[in-house]
Amino acid sequence: MNIWLCIAVMALVTYLIRAVPLTVFHRKIENRYVKSFLYYVPYTCLTAMTFPAILYATESMVSAFAGVAAAVLLAFWNKSLVTVAAAACLAVFVTELFL
Amino acid sequence: MKKQEIQQGFRDGAPIALGYFSVSFSFGIMAAGGGLSVFQAALTSLTNMTSAGQFAGLQIMAAGGALLELAATQLIINLRYALMSLSLSQKLSGEVTMWQRFVIAFANTDEIFAVAMSHNRELTFSYLVGLQVLPILGWTGGTACGAAAGSLLPASVNSALNVALYGMFIAVVIPAAKKARPVLAAVILSALLSGLLYYLPVCSGISAGTSIILCTLAASGVGAVLFPVTGEKDKGE
Repeated sequence: MNIWLCIAVMALVTYLIRAVPLTVFHRKIENRYVKSFLYYVPYTCLTAMTFPAILYATESMVSAFAGVAAAVLLAFWNKSLVTVAAAACLAVFVTELFL
Repeated sequence: MKKQEIQQGFRDGAPIALGYFSVSFSFGIMAAGGGLSVFQAALTSLTNMTSAGQFAGLQIMAAGGALLELAATQLIINLRYALMSLSLSQKLSGEVTMWQRFVIAFANTDEIFAVAMSHNRELTFSYLVGLQVLPILGWTGGTACGAAAGSLLPASVNSALNVALYGMFIAVVIPAAKKARPVLAAVILSALLSGLLYYLPVCSGISAGTSIILCTLAASGVGAVLFPVTGEKDKGE
C-alpha cells in the first residue's frame, strides 16, 4: 500500500475531526450518553492498543513484564508521562542485561 | 498578533515540547522499523500531531491493512479531539476569526488542550499559536531523530525504547482509573476484549486496527450505558 496515501488519509481524517467542531457547529453536546461515550474513548482505546501488544514489543516477554510493572507502579503514584515512559524503558533495558 | 500573548504561549508550550521530543523519538524508531523513511516518519508526525492515532496507523500500515480500515481507526481513536475542539471553542475570545479557527484546530492535542483549558483568560489566536509551535517542532523533530538514529542504536536500546509510547499510554490510563471506578471498569473490559481478540483462535483473522476499533467502541459503549457521566467531566482528560 502507498505510504504517502496512508499518511495523507490519516492527516485528513484527524484534521477534520479537530477542525469541524471548532468551525462548523461549535455548540455544546447535550446528549449525556454521547458525552459519556467520548469521555471513555481515550482510556479504552489506549488500553486496547497497549494490551497485549506491549508484551511482544521487546526482546523477551520477561522484560516486557518488567516494563509494564514499572510503568503501572509509577503511574499509580501520578508521575508525569515522561517519567513513566522513561522508567518503563529503563526497566526493560536493565532486565534484558540479566537475561 | 500580540507579542505578549505569543510569548506566554511559548512559555506554556516549552515543557510539552520537551516531553513530545522524547516520546516521539521512540515513535520514530518504530516508524523506521515499520518501513517508513526518515522524511515519511517526520511528515506523519508533522501532519497528524497525535500519538495514539499515529501509532495505530503505523501498526495498520505495517500489517498492510486497507485504507478504509486506516481511516476508520483514526476516526474512532481521534474522536475525542472533536469533544476537545468543542470545549475549546467555548473558551475562545470573540476576536478569533473563522480562518484562525481552522489554524488552531491543527494541533489541538491532549496536552495542548489541557494547558489551554487551564489558562486563566479567554484564549486568543496569538496565545494558541504560541502554545502550539514548540510542541509541533518537538514532536516532528523527535520523530525525525528517532527514525534516523534508530538503526544506529544497539538492539537492547531499541528494545527498551519500544515500550516508551506504551509507558505514556499507561501513564494516562492508570491515574484516571484510580480516580474513577467507571473508568477502571471500562479499561478492564477493554483489556479483556483485546486479549480475547488476540488470543482466541476464532478471532485470528481480525487485524490490529479492527481490534482497537471494536474494543474502544464496545468498552466505551458499555461504560456510557452503565455509568453515564454527569456534570463537567466532558473534557476527555
